[in-house]
Amino acid sequence: MSACNGCPAAPVLEFSGRKGAVPPSARVAVIGPPNSGKTTLFNRLTGLRQKVANFPGVTVEQHTGVAQLPDGRETWIIDLPGVYSLTPRSEDEQIAHDVLTGQQGDTPKPQAVLLVLDATNLARHLMLAAPILSLGLPTLVILNVADDLRKRHGHVDLKALAAQLGAPVALISARQGEGIDQIFEFLAGAMPKPLLRELPVLQDVPKCREWAGHIGNRAKYRPPLPPKWTRRLDALFLHPVAGVVVFAFVVILVFQTIFNYVTPLMDGVKWLFAISGNWVASVLPESLFRSLLIDGIWKGVGSVVVFLPQVLMLFLFIGILEDSGYLARAAVIADRTMAKVGLQGKSFIPLLSAYACAVPAIMSTRTIENKRDRIATIMIAPFMTCSARFPVYMLIVLAFVPNNKVLPFLSTQTVAMIGLYALGFVMAVFTARVLKSSVLKSSRTPFLLEMPSYRWPTLQSLGLRLLDRSVVFLRRAGTVILLVMVILWVAAHVPFSHGKPPALENSVAGMVGHTIEPAIKPLGFNWKIGIGLITSFAARETLIATMGAIYGMDSDSADDYNNQDLQKAIHRDLSTGGAVALLIFFAFAMQCISTIAVVRRETAGWKWPLVQFTYMSVMAYVGAFLAYHIIG
Amino acid sequence: MARKKSKKRSAPLDKDFRRPHTESMLQLSSNNVTQPGATLVDLRRGDSATLDCIDLTGEDARRLMELGFLPGTEITAGRSAPGGDPRVFQVDGSEIALRRETARLLKIRFPRKSKNS
Repeated sequence: MSACNGCPAAPVLEFSGRKGAVPPSARVAVIGPPNSGKTTLFNRLTGLRQKVANFPGVTVEQHTGVAQLPDGRETWIIDLPGVYSLTPRSEDEQIAHDVLTGQQGDTPKPQAVLLVLDATNLARHLMLAAPILSLGLPTLVILNVADDLRKRHGHVDLKALAAQLGAPVALISARQGEGIDQIFEFLAGAMPKPLLRELPVLQDVPKCREWAGHIGNRAKYRPPLPPKWTRRLDALFLHPVAGVVVFAFVVILVFQTIFNYVTPLMDGVKWLFAISGNWVASVLPESLFRSLLIDGIWKGVGSVVVFLPQVLMLFLFIGILEDSGYLARAAVIADRTMAKVGLQGKSFIPLLSAYACAVPAIMSTRTIENKRDRIATIMIAPFMTCSARFPVYMLIVLAFVPNNKVLPFLSTQTVAMIGLYALGFVMAVFTARVLKSSVLKSSRTPFLLEMPSYRWPTLQSLGLRLLDRSVVFLRRAGTVILLVMVILWVAAHVPFSHGKPPALENSVAGMVGHTIEPAIKPLGFNWKIGIGLITSFAARETLIATMGAIYGMDSDSADDYNNQDLQKAIHRDLSTGGAVALLIFFAFAMQCISTIAVVRRETAGWKWPLVQFTYMSVMAYVGAFLAYHIIG
Repeated sequence: MARKKSKKRSAPLDKDFRRPHTESMLQLSSNNVTQPGATLVDLRRGDSATLDCIDLTGEDARRLMELGFLPGTEITAGRSAPGGDPRVFQVDGSEIALRRETARLLKIRFPRKSKNS
């Protein structure tokens, strides 16, 4: 029984297919065990981009897309979370179960099922065929990872397997795009119901496994040889000493590359914004509109967009680590820390994805069956350094930390950045410890993590990830941040005195900043930073846009800022102690409306988001206060 | 900790389970003897044994079984994180990492000549 009965089971439906077109009538669900390649196949079929990783448990919600059949008809494809059986225990399994049995309110029962199994581990994966075939829906059994099966000399007789299962079978490679036409043929064809054979008692796992073994034997299934390279690589990555060294090396490499090789790229983007801004300014006549466009939007939104190259590089690295299967090993290495603070290993996957963004991370806690563990994980996820904090950290580190070499391959900026990432992690671990030894004490559930074989990340998958991240990043810049910038610009231009906008200090924005100044003075922030702090509660990186816009509008600092050089300009308003305080404030504070909303949804109430917001704000304030007073 | 001791089984050896490797027990396993109390924790890297039973409650045991930890299955111990915990086990064609606290609840036997390293 799922321990999460009290949580809301309603997932967000993402009908991100074509808008405006007539919705297709046919619906087909994709199901299979975790990490069998459902989502890769889904992307192949629909051209949609789902996040895929070589990591079990990536899909926690159902996603829906449209596949265009060769004859022009269209079909809804529903991508379901990975399950080992149809007995629901955690919420993601519940979703898969409910969709397939037609109990999910907003999604009608699918007309057919694509059952995706990993051909390199067919005997065990076939266990899932029993409950799926017993649903009686037309089913195509898809054996994925055909390329790996062949390479490692495995074999299966497809005709015999189809006869045994009473359902059509296709051997494909979703990654390589091999055999996809067979799936389209099935979807376009008559989609026969499976001929019901003798099926085992579904509740009895040993019987199911025995049944699967028999079917495999009759289909002359020969399991592939053990993956040689996976064993070799594990000998390195899970080596008691070398494993940890490699782990540290990977982390250093990521940040060192970002600082040394990507920052020049950022300067290029900065320069583009500066010259294009100057050009627009020279073309447009002097007016309030020009001021809004240049000072509010160009300088504000522009100063965030310049961080795009770094954010993309970070995600390229994360993508390589995830797709290759290394992250599963990192999870094993890091598990002891998790165990010490009382968190189960399953919390690791959400926490890893919180490095990108806390929102999907909090949603992926649905894989955790234990409700208390789940809430503890939700509570600590926003401490992980998300990609919205990253540009803020970059800005302050580039502005305040000199680029000296500590070791030949390690600069002070890299050390500072790794330190900030570690700070968030330590805070998360500390919070988990407090929660798990007090209000959220619970019994432990076993830690189980499947180690996928190592695979080369495909260029296509990495490219899609980067494209996705760019869209997310630019969309935020073009919506939330743009909106805040327009509001800020208006607030900075009223009240008019003598038909002219006031000086920034006397404007509404300036007054708001001055009002909160007494509260933030002890942290080393003045009223300008104060305005940035307020706007950054909409989204963290808005701080950068706000400072960019403020320096653009404020006559005092405009001289320093004519080249979009935020790094120089910000020195006027922050001492070194203030900069450290600001970093700590951003590391701890919950400045993200989306996260608050998703925590409310996932915990079904305002209690936990309020507790979390209060706790994180107090931590941020106290942390920044101490930092400012110690460093001065 | 959720170490639910089974009521039927007395657990006099429970203290020994904390030891990383109970050498003495393995040495007894020369003649197809089912070891009373040997668990997955007692396997060293490269050692294999047959799973006898899972000392866990319904749901947790079921999950383990779905991943291949079925009584009667051969399990080989693989590499581990530094410190030996968690350890990766090769079972039924896949590799699954288990914490020591879980591995301790999976009782094993050595049906054939055990590789007593």
